[in-house]
Amino acid sequence: MAEIAADKFIDISSEVCPMSFVLTKLALDELEDGQVLELVCQAGDPVRNISIQLKDEGQMIISVKKETDGNFRLKIRKNG
Amino acid sequence: MDTKKKKLKISVDHNLEERTIKRIEVNAEVSGKKPVGKINFAELRAGGFIKQRQKDKFTVRLKCPGGNMTLDRLKTIVAATEKFGSGQLHLSTRQSMEILHVDYHNFGPLVDLLKEAGQDVASCGPRVRVPNACGGCEYNPNGITDTQKMANVVNEKFFGMRTNHKFKMSFSGCPHDCIHAASADLGLIGTVWPVWEEASCTGCTICASACTEGAIESHPETGKPIFDAEKCLYCDDCVRACPTSSWTAGKTGHSLRVGGHHGRHPVNSTIAARFLTDEEAEAAIGASIAWYQKAGEGKGRIRLGNLLMQEGQMESYMAALADAIGPEKLEENIEAPQKITIRR
Repeated sequence: MAEIAADKFIDISSEVCPMSFVLTKLALDELEDGQVLELVCQAGDPVRNISIQLKDEGQMIISVKKETDGNFRLKIRKNG
Repeated sequence: MDTKKKKLKISVDHNLEERTIKRIEVNAEVSGKKPVGKINFAELRAGGFIKQRQKDKFTVRLKCPGGNMTLDRLKTIVAATEKFGSGQLHLSTRQSMEILHVDYHNFGPLVDLLKEAGQDVASCGPRVRVPNACGGCEYNPNGITDTQKMANVVNEKFFGMRTNHKFKMSFSGCPHDCIHAASADLGLIGTVWPVWEEASCTGCTICASACTEGAIESHPETGKPIFDAEKCLYCDDCVRACPTSSWTAGKTGHSLRVGGHHGRHPVNSTIAARFLTDEEAEAAIGASIAWYQKAGEGKGRIRLGNLLMQEGQMESYMAALADAIGPEKLEENIEAPQKITIRR
Protein backbone atom coordinates (compact mmCIF):
# COMPACT_ATOMS: atom_id res chain seq x y z
CA MET A 1 0.00 0.00 0.00
CA ALA A 2 1.38 3.38 -0.97
CA GLU A 3 2.29 5.81 1.80
CA ILE A 4 -0.26 8.55 2.27
CA ALA A 5 1.43 11.92 2.02
CA ALA A 6 0.99 14.25 4.98
CA ASP A 7 -0.11 17.86 4.56
CA LYS A 8 1.45 18.91 7.83
CA PHE A 9 3.93 17.44 10.30
CA ILE A 10 4.46 18.13 14.00
CA ASP A 11 6.89 16.57 16.46
CA ILE A 12 5.36 16.60 19.93
CA SER A 13 7.55 13.86 21.35
CA SER A 14 8.81 16.16 24.09
CA GLU A 15 5.30 17.21 25.14
CA VAL A 16 2.74 15.78 27.54
CA CYS A 17 -0.91 16.63 28.18
CA PRO A 18 -2.29 19.28 27.86
CA MET A 19 0.34 20.65 25.43
CA SER A 20 0.32 17.50 23.29
CA PHE A 21 -3.43 17.87 22.91
CA VAL A 22 -3.43 21.62 22.25
CA LEU A 23 -0.60 21.45 19.68
CA THR A 24 -2.37 18.61 17.86
CA LYS A 25 -5.63 20.59 17.82
CA LEU A 26 -3.92 23.76 16.57
CA ALA A 27 -2.23 21.79 13.78
CA LEU A 28 -5.56 20.23 12.77
CA ASP A 29 -7.18 23.70 12.78
CA GLU A 30 -4.82 24.70 9.98
CA LEU A 31 -5.95 21.83 7.76
CA GLU A 32 -9.03 21.40 5.62
CA ASP A 33 -11.33 18.43 6.09
CA GLY A 34 -9.80 15.35 4.51
CA GLN A 35 -6.20 16.61 4.78
CA VAL A 36 -3.66 14.58 6.71
CA LEU A 37 -1.65 15.50 9.80
CA GLU A 38 1.42 13.48 10.67
CA LEU A 39 2.72 13.61 14.23
CA VAL A 40 5.33 11.97 16.39
CA CYS A 41 4.59 11.48 20.08
CA GLN A 42 5.85 9.43 23.00
CA ALA A 43 4.60 5.96 23.82
CA GLY A 44 2.50 5.49 26.97
CA ASP A 45 0.28 8.32 28.20
CA PRO A 46 0.79 10.71 25.23
CA VAL A 47 -0.12 8.21 22.50
CA ARG A 48 -2.90 6.84 24.68
CA ASN A 49 -4.41 10.28 25.32
CA ILE A 50 -3.98 11.56 21.77
CA SER A 51 -5.58 8.43 20.31
CA ILE A 52 -8.51 8.60 22.71
CA GLN A 53 -9.10 12.30 22.13
CA LEU A 54 -8.86 12.10 18.35
CA LYS A 55 -11.20 9.16 18.24
CA ASP A 56 -13.71 10.86 20.58
CA GLU A 57 -13.96 13.87 18.28
CA GLY A 58 -14.29 11.95 15.06
CA GLN A 59 -10.79 12.30 13.60
CA MET A 60 -9.53 9.23 11.76
CA ILE A 61 -6.18 7.71 12.63
CA ILE A 62 -5.17 6.22 9.28
CA SER A 63 -1.69 4.97 10.09
CA VAL A 64 0.29 4.08 13.19
CA LYS A 65 3.98 3.25 13.21
CA LYS A 66 6.24 2.51 16.10
CA GLU A 67 9.62 4.17 15.64
CA THR A 68 12.89 2.52 16.59
CA ASP A 69 13.28 5.01 19.46
CA GLY A 70 9.94 3.86 20.92
CA ASN A 71 7.95 6.92 19.80
CA PHE A 72 4.76 6.63 17.79
CA ARG A 73 4.24 8.20 14.36
CA LEU A 74 0.54 8.74 13.65
CA LYS A 75 -1.22 9.97 10.55
CA ILE A 76 -4.60 11.55 11.11
CA ARG A 77 -7.16 12.46 8.49
CA LYS A 78 -9.08 15.55 9.58
CA ASN A 79 -12.78 14.80 10.12
CA GLY A 80 -12.24 11.57 8.20
CA MET B 1 -30.74 41.30 80.61
CA ASP B 2 -33.86 39.31 80.10
CA THR B 3 -33.09 35.82 81.24
CA LYS B 4 -36.55 34.40 81.64
CA LYS B 5 -37.36 31.24 79.82
CA LYS B 6 -40.62 30.99 78.05
CA LYS B 7 -42.45 29.11 75.33
CA LEU B 8 -39.85 26.39 75.47
CA LYS B 9 -41.95 23.25 75.52
CA ILE B 10 -39.87 20.32 74.49
CA SER B 11 -40.67 16.80 75.48
CA VAL B 12 -38.54 14.61 73.33
CA ASP B 13 -36.91 11.36 74.30
CA HIS B 14 -33.62 11.74 72.53
CA ASN B 15 -33.20 8.02 72.33
CA LEU B 16 -36.23 7.64 70.11
CA GLU B 17 -35.71 6.70 66.50
CA GLU B 18 -35.95 9.53 64.02
CA ARG B 19 -39.16 8.42 62.43
CA THR B 20 -40.92 8.50 65.80
CA ILE B 21 -40.18 12.15 66.38
CA LYS B 22 -40.39 13.34 62.82
CA ARG B 23 -43.49 15.40 63.44
CA ILE B 24 -42.33 17.20 66.55
CA GLU B 25 -41.77 20.88 66.04
CA VAL B 26 -41.45 23.47 68.74
CA ASN B 27 -41.33 27.21 68.90
CA ALA B 28 -38.12 27.75 70.75
CA GLU B 29 -37.21 30.87 72.58
CA VAL B 30 -34.30 30.42 74.88
CA SER B 31 -32.83 32.42 77.74
CA GLY B 32 -33.66 35.88 76.54
CA LYS B 33 -32.40 35.29 73.03
CA LYS B 34 -34.71 36.55 70.35
CA PRO B 35 -37.34 34.12 69.17
CA VAL B 36 -35.92 32.27 66.27
CA GLY B 37 -38.84 30.31 64.94
CA LYS B 38 -39.19 26.59 64.72
CA ILE B 39 -36.51 24.08 65.41
CA ASN B 40 -37.28 20.80 63.75
CA PHE B 41 -35.83 18.15 65.99
CA ALA B 42 -36.09 15.47 63.36
CA GLU B 43 -33.72 17.52 61.24
CA LEU B 44 -31.37 18.03 64.16
CA ARG B 45 -31.27 14.33 64.87
CA ALA B 46 -30.52 13.50 61.27
CA GLY B 47 -27.20 15.20 61.89
CA GLY B 48 -25.26 17.67 59.84
CA PHE B 49 -24.97 20.17 62.71
CA ILE B 50 -21.52 19.82 64.18
CA LYS B 51 -20.49 21.50 67.42
CA GLN B 52 -17.53 23.81 67.13
CA ARG B 53 -14.97 24.83 69.73
CA GLN B 54 -16.62 28.24 69.96
CA LYS B 55 -19.46 28.59 72.46
CA ASP B 56 -22.92 28.05 70.91
CA LYS B 57 -21.42 27.81 67.41
CA PHE B 58 -22.00 25.00 64.99
CA THR B 59 -20.78 23.99 61.57
CA VAL B 60 -23.75 23.28 59.32
CA ARG B 61 -22.90 20.64 56.73
CA LEU B 62 -24.81 20.90 53.47
CA LYS B 63 -25.91 18.04 51.31
CA CYS B 64 -24.04 17.98 48.00
CA PRO B 65 -24.39 14.46 46.55
CA GLY B 66 -21.50 13.73 44.24
CA GLY B 67 -20.05 17.17 44.99
CA ASN B 68 -22.61 18.73 42.69
CA MET B 69 -23.63 22.35 43.18
CA THR B 70 -25.97 24.55 41.16
CA LEU B 71 -25.74 28.30 40.98
CA ASP B 72 -29.22 28.72 42.48
CA ARG B 73 -28.25 26.72 45.54
CA LEU B 74 -24.88 28.43 45.77
CA LYS B 75 -26.46 31.89 45.74
CA THR B 76 -28.77 30.87 48.58
CA ILE B 77 -25.87 29.37 50.51
CA VAL B 78 -23.99 32.65 50.12
CA ALA B 79 -27.04 34.58 51.40
CA ALA B 80 -27.45 32.16 54.32
CA THR B 81 -23.77 32.39 55.20
CA GLU B 82 -23.90 36.18 55.17
CA LYS B 83 -26.96 36.17 57.39
CA PHE B 84 -26.25 33.36 59.82
CA GLY B 85 -22.59 32.45 59.48
CA SER B 86 -19.32 34.32 59.68
CA GLY B 87 -18.90 34.77 55.95
CA GLN B 88 -16.70 31.70 55.85
CA LEU B 89 -17.37 28.41 54.06
CA HIS B 90 -15.43 25.19 54.26
CA LEU B 91 -15.26 22.42 51.68
CA SER B 92 -15.43 19.20 53.67
CA THR B 93 -13.29 16.17 52.94
CA ARG B 94 -16.37 14.47 51.49
CA GLN B 95 -17.58 17.05 49.00
CA SER B 96 -19.96 18.89 51.31
CA MET B 97 -20.06 22.62 51.64
CA GLU B 98 -20.11 23.68 55.29
CA ILE B 99 -21.31 26.97 56.75
CA LEU B 100 -19.15 27.84 59.74
CA HIS B 101 -19.92 29.60 63.02
CA VAL B 102 -23.70 29.27 63.04
CA ASP B 103 -25.37 30.02 66.39
CA TYR B 104 -27.69 27.14 67.24
CA HIS B 105 -30.53 29.56 67.83
CA ASN B 106 -30.50 30.22 64.12
CA PHE B 107 -30.87 26.63 62.96
CA GLY B 108 -34.56 27.04 62.15
CA PRO B 109 -34.42 30.13 59.91
CA LEU B 110 -31.17 28.95 58.34
CA VAL B 111 -32.72 25.63 57.32
CA ASP B 112 -35.85 27.41 56.02
CA LEU B 113 -33.79 29.78 53.89
CA LEU B 114 -31.72 26.95 52.43
CA LYS B 115 -34.82 24.93 51.68
CA GLU B 116 -36.15 27.69 49.44
CA ALA B 117 -33.43 26.76 46.97
CA GLY B 118 -33.78 23.03 47.58
CA GLN B 119 -30.59 22.89 49.62
CA ASP B 120 -30.77 20.31 52.40
CA VAL B 121 -28.54 19.75 55.39
CA ALA B 122 -26.30 16.69 55.26
CA SER B 123 -25.68 14.17 58.03
CA CYS B 124 -23.10 13.13 60.56
CA GLY B 125 -22.95 10.37 63.16
CA PRO B 126 -24.01 6.74 62.77
CA ARG B 127 -26.03 6.87 59.60
CA VAL B 128 -25.84 6.64 55.83
CA ARG B 129 -23.96 9.71 54.68
CA VAL B 130 -24.22 11.71 51.48
CA PRO B 131 -22.65 9.66 48.69
CA ASN B 132 -19.50 10.93 47.02
CA ALA B 133 -18.81 10.73 43.32
CA CYS B 134 -16.32 11.83 40.73
CA GLY B 135 -17.47 13.60 37.57
CA GLY B 136 -18.22 10.25 35.98
CA CYS B 137 -19.09 9.75 32.34
CA GLU B 138 -20.96 13.04 31.96
CA TYR B 139 -17.84 15.11 31.37
CA ASN B 140 -14.78 13.21 32.58
CA PRO B 141 -13.15 11.49 29.58
CA ASN B 142 -12.18 8.48 31.70
CA GLY B 143 -15.66 8.00 33.16
CA ILE B 144 -17.32 4.69 32.35
CA THR B 145 -20.35 4.81 34.63
CA ASP B 146 -22.76 7.65 35.44
CA THR B 147 -21.54 8.27 38.96
CA GLN B 148 -23.41 11.56 39.33
CA LYS B 149 -26.72 9.91 38.57
CA MET B 150 -25.92 7.07 40.97
CA ALA B 151 -24.99 9.52 43.75
CA ASN B 152 -28.36 11.21 43.36
CA VAL B 153 -30.35 7.98 43.19
CA VAL B 154 -28.59 6.52 46.20
CA ASN B 155 -28.91 9.76 48.13
CA GLU B 156 -32.67 9.88 47.53
CA LYS B 157 -33.14 6.28 48.59
CA PHE B 158 -30.75 5.64 51.43
CA PHE B 159 -29.53 8.93 52.90
CA GLY B 160 -29.82 9.28 56.66
CA MET B 161 -30.75 5.67 57.46
CA ARG B 162 -29.55 4.60 60.90
CA THR B 163 -26.61 2.23 61.00
CA ASN B 164 -24.25 1.01 63.72
CA HIS B 165 -21.56 3.44 62.74
CA LYS B 166 -21.02 5.94 59.96
CA PHE B 167 -21.71 4.51 56.52
CA LYS B 168 -20.01 6.11 53.55
CA MET B 169 -20.53 5.38 49.89
CA SER B 170 -18.42 6.51 46.99
CA PHE B 171 -18.75 6.20 43.23
CA SER B 172 -15.76 6.25 40.92
CA GLY B 173 -16.37 6.29 37.19
CA CYS B 174 -13.25 4.27 36.39
CA PRO B 175 -10.52 2.25 38.11
CA HIS B 176 -8.38 5.36 38.65
CA ASP B 177 -10.67 5.60 41.67
CA CYS B 178 -10.07 9.30 42.31
CA ILE B 179 -12.92 9.33 44.84
CA HIS B 180 -11.25 6.61 46.97
CA ALA B 181 -14.08 4.11 46.63
CA ALA B 182 -11.60 1.48 47.82
CA SER B 183 -11.67 3.04 51.29
CA ALA B 184 -15.42 3.56 51.52
CA ASP B 185 -17.87 1.28 53.32
CA LEU B 186 -19.37 0.70 49.90
CA GLY B 187 -17.44 1.73 46.83
CA LEU B 188 -18.60 1.36 43.26
CA ILE B 189 -16.13 1.64 40.45
CA GLY B 190 -16.94 1.85 36.74
CA THR B 191 -15.42 -0.96 34.70
CA VAL B 192 -15.40 -2.38 31.18
CA TRP B 193 -14.66 -5.91 30.07
CA PRO B 194 -12.69 -5.49 26.82
CA VAL B 195 -13.31 -7.76 23.84
CA TRP B 196 -10.93 -7.95 20.86
CA GLU B 197 -11.80 -8.72 17.24
CA GLU B 198 -8.89 -9.93 15.12
CA ALA B 199 -10.30 -9.18 11.64
CA SER B 200 -10.25 -5.39 11.97
CA CYS B 201 -6.97 -5.20 13.94
CA THR B 202 -4.00 -3.75 12.05
CA GLY B 203 -1.45 -4.61 14.76
CA CYS B 204 -0.64 -0.95 15.40
CA THR B 205 0.29 -1.70 19.08
CA ILE B 206 -1.39 1.42 20.47
CA CYS B 207 -3.45 -0.75 22.84
CA ALA B 208 -0.32 -2.29 24.35
CA SER B 209 1.12 1.18 24.82
CA ALA B 210 -2.14 2.50 26.27
CA CYS B 211 -2.44 -0.34 28.80
CA THR B 212 -0.67 0.66 32.00
CA GLU B 213 -1.25 -2.71 33.66
CA GLY B 214 0.83 -4.85 31.34
CA ALA B 215 -2.30 -6.81 30.46
CA ILE B 216 -1.70 -6.33 26.73
CA GLU B 217 1.51 -7.25 24.99
CA SER B 218 2.09 -6.95 21.28
CA HIS B 219 2.98 -9.99 19.22
CA PRO B 220 6.60 -9.45 18.12
CA GLU B 221 5.80 -10.08 14.44
CA THR B 222 2.17 -9.11 13.85
CA GLY B 223 1.90 -6.41 16.53
CA LYS B 224 -1.48 -7.84 17.48
CA PRO B 225 -2.43 -7.90 21.16
CA ILE B 226 -1.83 -10.79 23.53
CA PHE B 227 -4.29 -10.26 26.37
CA ASP B 228 -3.70 -11.37 29.97
CA ALA B 229 -7.11 -11.11 31.65
CA GLU B 230 -5.58 -11.67 35.10
CA LYS B 231 -3.77 -8.34 34.89
CA CYS B 232 -6.69 -6.38 33.43
CA LEU B 233 -8.21 -3.66 35.64
CA TYR B 234 -11.14 -3.14 33.21
CA CYS B 235 -10.29 0.54 32.74
CA ASP B 236 -11.41 0.84 29.10
CA ASP B 237 -8.16 2.48 27.91
CA CYS B 238 -7.53 -0.13 25.21
CA VAL B 239 -11.09 0.22 23.90
CA ARG B 240 -10.94 3.99 23.72
CA ALA B 241 -7.43 4.22 22.27
CA CYS B 242 -7.88 1.59 19.54
CA PRO B 243 -7.95 3.46 16.18
CA THR B 244 -9.82 0.67 14.38
CA SER B 245 -12.30 -0.15 17.17
CA SER B 246 -11.04 -3.73 17.25
CA TRP B 247 -11.30 -3.54 21.03
CA THR B 248 -14.89 -3.00 22.14
CA ALA B 249 -16.73 -2.97 25.46
CA GLY B 250 -17.99 -6.50 26.07
CA LYS B 251 -19.81 -5.55 29.25
CA THR B 252 -19.91 -2.40 31.31
CA GLY B 253 -20.84 -1.92 34.97
CA HIS B 254 -19.87 -1.26 38.56
CA SER B 255 -17.37 -3.22 40.60
CA LEU B 256 -18.76 -3.44 44.14
CA ARG B 257 -16.18 -2.94 46.88
CA VAL B 258 -17.26 -3.48 50.49
CA GLY B 259 -15.96 -2.81 53.96
CA GLY B 260 -13.34 -0.13 53.48
CA HIS B 261 -12.78 2.93 55.61
CA HIS B 262 -10.08 5.33 56.63
CA GLY B 263 -9.60 6.78 60.08
CA ARG B 264 -7.58 5.50 63.01
CA HIS B 265 -7.44 1.96 61.74
CA PRO B 266 -7.83 2.07 57.97
CA VAL B 267 -9.25 -0.90 56.12
CA ASN B 268 -8.98 -1.68 52.45
CA SER B 269 -12.25 -2.92 51.01
CA THR B 270 -12.71 -6.19 49.15
CA ILE B 271 -14.35 -6.71 45.77
CA ALA B 272 -17.63 -8.57 46.20
CA ALA B 273 -19.14 -8.35 42.71
CA ARG B 274 -18.32 -7.14 39.22
CA PHE B 275 -20.04 -5.52 36.24
CA LEU B 276 -23.25 -4.63 38.06
CA THR B 277 -25.85 -2.63 36.17
CA ASP B 278 -27.11 0.58 37.81
CA GLU B 279 -30.21 -1.31 39.00
CA GLU B 280 -28.16 -4.19 40.38
CA ALA B 281 -25.85 -1.73 42.11
CA GLU B 282 -28.83 -0.06 43.76
CA ALA B 283 -30.21 -3.42 44.89
CA ALA B 284 -26.79 -4.43 46.19
CA ILE B 285 -26.51 -1.19 48.17
CA GLY B 286 -29.97 -1.72 49.70
CA ALA B 287 -29.08 -5.30 50.62
CA SER B 288 -25.75 -4.24 52.07
CA ILE B 289 -27.31 -1.63 54.35
CA ALA B 290 -30.04 -4.04 55.45
CA TRP B 291 -27.47 -6.74 56.17
CA TYR B 292 -25.28 -4.30 58.11
CA GLN B 293 -28.23 -3.15 60.23
CA LYS B 294 -29.23 -6.74 61.03
CA ALA B 295 -25.80 -8.31 61.49
CA GLY B 296 -24.72 -5.32 63.55
CA GLU B 297 -27.58 -5.63 66.04
CA GLY B 298 -26.25 -5.45 69.59
CA LYS B 299 -22.70 -4.97 68.37
CA GLY B 300 -22.55 -1.22 68.99
CA ARG B 301 -20.30 1.14 67.12
CA ILE B 302 -18.72 -1.05 64.49
CA ARG B 303 -17.92 -0.23 60.86
CA LEU B 304 -19.07 -2.57 58.11
CA GLY B 305 -15.50 -3.68 57.33
CA ASN B 306 -14.76 -4.64 60.93
CA LEU B 307 -18.02 -6.57 61.10
CA LEU B 308 -17.16 -8.43 57.90
CA MET B 309 -13.82 -9.47 59.41
CA GLN B 310 -15.61 -11.42 62.14
CA GLU B 311 -15.99 -15.18 61.80
CA GLY B 312 -18.63 -16.23 59.29
CA GLN B 313 -19.85 -12.72 58.52
CA MET B 314 -18.34 -12.45 55.04
CA GLU B 315 -20.21 -15.61 54.01
CA SER B 316 -23.43 -14.31 55.57
CA TYR B 317 -23.03 -11.01 53.71
CA MET B 318 -22.38 -12.71 50.37
CA ALA B 319 -25.50 -14.84 50.86
CA ALA B 320 -27.56 -11.67 51.40
CA LEU B 321 -26.02 -10.18 48.29
CA ALA B 322 -26.86 -13.30 46.27
CA ASP B 323 -30.48 -13.02 47.45
CA ALA B 324 -30.61 -9.45 46.16
CA ILE B 325 -28.84 -9.66 42.81
CA GLY B 326 -28.34 -13.36 42.12
CA PRO B 327 -25.07 -15.27 42.33
CA GLU B 328 -23.78 -14.77 38.76
CA LYS B 329 -21.84 -11.57 39.25
CA LEU B 330 -20.47 -12.29 42.72
CA GLU B 331 -16.76 -12.91 43.23
CA GLU B 332 -15.84 -16.41 44.31
CA ASN B 333 -13.61 -17.27 47.27
CA ILE B 334 -13.83 -13.71 48.44
CA GLU B 335 -11.56 -12.52 51.23
CA ALA B 336 -12.67 -10.23 54.04
CA PRO B 337 -11.54 -6.60 53.96
CA GLN B 338 -7.95 -6.14 55.09
CA LYS B 339 -6.55 -3.82 57.72
CA ILE B 340 -3.94 -1.48 56.31
CA THR B 341 -0.92 -1.62 58.55
CA ILE B 342 0.46 1.78 59.32
CA ARG B 343 3.42 2.36 61.59
CA ARG B 344 2.48 4.78 64.31
